[in-house]
Amino acid sequence: MVLATALDSGDARLVEPGPDEDYEFCGADLEEEILKALSENRSSVIAAPGGEIFLNVFNPALRLVIVGAVHIAQALIPMATALGYDVTVIDPRGAFADGQRFAGLDVSLDWPDEALLGMALDARTAVVTLTHDPKLDDAALAVALKSDVFFIGCLGSRKTHDARLQRLRQAGFGKDSLARIHGPVGLDIGARSAAEIALSVLAQMTQVLNGRAP
Amino acid sequence: MNDSRKPEAGLAGLDVDVLLLAAEWQDQGHGVAVATVVSTWGSAPRPVGSHLIVRDDGLFQGSVSGGCIEGAVAVEAEEIINSGKARMLEFGVSNSDAWGVGLACGGKIRVFVQPLEK
Repeated sequence: MVLATALDSGDARLVEPGPDEDYEFCGADLEEEILKALSENRSSVIAAPGGEIFLNVFNPALRLVIVGAVHIAQALIPMATALGYDVTVIDPRGAFADGQRFAGLDVSLDWPDEALLGMALDARTAVVTLTHDPKLDDAALAVALKSDVFFIGCLGSRKTHDARLQRLRQAGFGKDSLARIHGPVGLDIGARSAAEIALSVLAQMTQVLNGRAP
Repeated sequence: MNDSRKPEAGLAGLDVDVLLLAAEWQDQGHGVAVATVVSTWGSAPRPVGSHLIVRDDGLFQGSVSGGCIEGAVAVEAEEIINSGKARMLEFGVSNSDAWGVGLACGGKIRVFVQPLEK
């Protein structure tokens, strides 16, 4: 939603985009400006006939879906949470998803494709696969690639990634789709430990989110 | 299909936690002013949408500048809490405002300060 404030009077109103929403404020139709501010996630002052209006953007929380309840997920979760992500972990392998390894976090035991289909993936969501297991990672990618998520990343070596791209090509995904995948995921900061790898993944996600990806 | 975000995940605006604290202060019976960075020029330390909240006893939380002008905003906020009228404050190196406060980084910012309605 957007909080529109008239800077002359201090009058304010909340606008929640939707089919029935009225975008009029202080005698101006702000639909275009409000939708643009939300999609760019950028608050700003706009000039309207009645004076300046400040549009303050409040988007839904960022969301990170991690496929694979592995060691690196344990490092990724607290760091992503600190960055404002609402984190979900998916792993149908019970031994990995054990509650004792992920205290306080719901781990979905569904297959990744089913779990992702139930999540209304949107442009405020990132999907990162960590299992290295094609059965799990590919199932997640098949759903993520058909959605608007802002980031798709896959852990694994260059060789693993080439094989992954090959399989997805055979499954019918084109060049543009495959180009959305960051693999091997993460910025090259020489990461070795799980925490360093988590940092490199989150740094790359932040770079893409903020439109700074090369 | 449903949104899997947890109910407590809330919204991702800058400083939402600061706004929640402002509401808490108000519930405790305090007068509260909310300062918001509405525009910046040059190298400003905090992005548009950042909040500083100020309580009637002078306590403040959040940040609009990384420390350069919080004191000046807090002083002005007390007056705004008392008068109940919102005001725009401008700060910058080129701006010889009433408090003589500038930004060391050379940037310029506009901060809108509003009293929370009771």
